[in-house]
Amino acid sequence: MENTNEMMIEFDSRSCNEGFARVAVAAFATQLNPILEEVNDLKTAVSEAITNAIVHGYEDEVHTIRIECKLTDHEITVAVTDYGKGIENIEKAMEPLFTTKPEADRSGMGFAFMEAFMDKVTVRSAPGKGTTVLMKKKMGCESTPFD
Amino acid sequence: MEEAIQKKGNRLMVTIPGELDHHYAEQIKGVVDKQLENGSIRSVVFDFRNTTFMDSSGIGMIMGRYRLLSYMGGSVAAIHVSDRIMRIMQLSGIHKFIEISQETVWNQKRK
Repeated sequence: MENTNEMMIEFDSRSCNEGFARVAVAAFATQLNPILEEVNDLKTAVSEAITNAIVHGYEDEVHTIRIECKLTDHEITVAVTDYGKGIENIEKAMEPLFTTKPEADRSGMGFAFMEAFMDKVTVRSAPGKGTTVLMKKKMGCESTPFD
Repeated sequence: MEEAIQKKGNRLMVTIPGELDHHYAEQIKGVVDKQLENGSIRSVVFDFRNTTFMDSSGIGMIMGRYRLLSYMGGSVAAIHVSDRIMRIMQLSGIHKFIEISQETVWNQKRK
């Protein structure tokens, strides 16, 4: 049988929850015995996805954000989902420096950071339905997981 | 967040909290922009000595203040930047616009 471990959290899309959520994912990922840099990369990528859900998905209204994590041998999969506005043009949204909210000091680097710090980033979105950002990263390859 | 800022002549020193994400970036933006309103500030220095985490919201906040200051002929700098935060800044390209110093706090204190 495949050796896996899963967890799921749901929380309100309030900016004060950003720190809690990325730390929760990072804490779960420590079971793979990652190195510090891998944990920091994961925290940054998760923070970007959550911020997008709050700022763009829900446009600062308070609704639910769901994070699902799955650990397999030396790899973490994280899915960050909102049920908000959705993205019209995913390809455009993922271009570095592109932002729909320059006036709000958004840098347009969110997806670029997710792609820089994770091995794989996939976006599923439909206008009016919401967005799921699916990210994968290999970590802790020096050790045996779930010991 | 008011306690994070210190005015020295026309320079504003801003102590960045432990984690500079969207939540804290918005708070810092609020207090800094209030100080910039009267137009006497010519430079803003962001002190990262306590900071271990930053994401693109931090970059957006710094770039926004850089834009405001450069209209007025002012400048923005970041000091006591850790290796991790330096990497984030370089990845974003912000290091082309603002002065960044990595000098450690340890050295600073011994002066």
